[in-house]
Amino acid sequence: MDTNSNKYTFIFSIIMVVVVGTVLAFAAVSTKGRIDKNVRLEKMQNILSTVGVQTDRAGAEKLYNQIIKEQIALKEDGTVDNAVDAFKIDLAQELKKPVDKQRFPLYIAENDGQKYYIIPLRGAGLWDAIWGYISIEEDLNTIKGAVFDHKGETPGLGGEITTEWFQQQFQNEKIYDASGVLTGVQVVKGNNDLTGARKDDNKVDAISGATITSRGVSDMLEERLGRYKTYFKNLKSTLAIHNP
Amino acid sequence: MATQKQKKQEKPIVLFVNEEKEPLFSKKNRSLVTDPLNDNNPITVQVLGICSALAITVQLKPALVMAIAVMAVVVASNVIVSLIRNFIPNRIRIIVQLVIVAGLVVLVDLVLKAFAYDVSKQLSVFVGLIITNCIVMGRLEAFALANGPWKSFLDGIGNAAGYGAILVIVAFFRELLGSGKLFGFHVVPQAFYDMGYMNNGLMLLSPMALITVGLLIWVQRSRNRKLIEK
Repeated sequence: MDTNSNKYTFIFSIIMVVVVGTVLAFAAVSTKGRIDKNVRLEKMQNILSTVGVQTDRAGAEKLYNQIIKEQIALKEDGTVDNAVDAFKIDLAQELKKPVDKQRFPLYIAENDGQKYYIIPLRGAGLWDAIWGYISIEEDLNTIKGAVFDHKGETPGLGGEITTEWFQQQFQNEKIYDASGVLTGVQVVKGNNDLTGARKDDNKVDAISGATITSRGVSDMLEERLGRYKTYFKNLKSTLAIHNP
Repeated sequence: MATQKQKKQEKPIVLFVNEEKEPLFSKKNRSLVTDPLNDNNPITVQVLGICSALAITVQLKPALVMAIAVMAVVVASNVIVSLIRNFIPNRIRIIVQLVIVAGLVVLVDLVLKAFAYDVSKQLSVFVGLIITNCIVMGRLEAFALANGPWKSFLDGIGNAAGYGAILVIVAFFRELLGSGKLFGFHVVPQAFYDMGYMNNGLMLLSPMALITVGLLIWVQRSRNRKLIEK
């Protein structure tokens, strides 16, 4: 057989494409269920860890149903849209829409008698998307905890946002500055706060060698948290009426 | 001796038929595994796969997982290409190799995501980057296309191990000097920091990986005279 003839080459490539395509399609379909489940449970794990509940993936679902009391989707004006399932909102898709079409998911958790508001985050790092969850205490100002994750930041540099030392810095930081403006938390160089003692400056230490990822985290926090401003304002005034 | 020389000059298809008589772990076969570890190391001697050696050697753990993933892909693609080497049309052989490697990498990625989700998180982008690792295609072109499946299998193991060894050595120094840790655990005692020792942030950046590889080549050549060009 002449393996160099045009006819053979064509037939070979067609067979190859069909075989490889079939194998990959089969593999993708047969692993889809497991992968989706892993992603779903990881999301629950992440949400729980912002309120200080650490769990493995197997136990995540049960704990999640216990601790998360409400999942609501907010409109731009701070009202609740009951037609949307907040857990199913894919922020990656949502961010592409104009702001008035977007829905903003909010998870309300209760643990040890404390109420927490958990906000999902999504923004841009250096190479690709970064995302995370941040939980805010009942005063709607103090951060209880934060987790971050990324798609393609450099390991050891931008990838460090997933590490505990970075995420721990956010605990007890405030999202409003002294004059009452929502600034989020800035990730800055030269904050010189290694022990995380200063909690009222709206600043945490950046990662050396990962300036753009750090900036991405700051921008993401400011942008995302800003979307919940109206809701928080309304909530505060209702809280003030009920508990004078 | 003369017949052996003749064999080498003949077409690969004849080689395949003849090698059946060879014992599985003959000296030649063993050297297929051991050569790439030192004398013919893919990174320090052939200078292949440098790109990933720079990118993922900041920490030991991803370097190790990457080495294992590369081994799986190199071995599997070597064996597959070697099995169908007599059917691959010569003019599109690079495309065929690329399709096989890419297919295998996607498969590895899916399997990791489904069964070892945490490992796949560790590797993040680098699983996809195995496709562009020069060692994979290099071994297919240089070895699997001309040798039988068993030899190709051994060659894959040897080269991936040689690659992995360098990766782990470079990652060891970069993680130790750059962040004072090994496998994510602090190994440099706090007393050192109190005395004024500081982690070298430069070690975390890619240029230092290149310099570390350069130093490794220097050390290797000064110990192994065979490698010095005349």
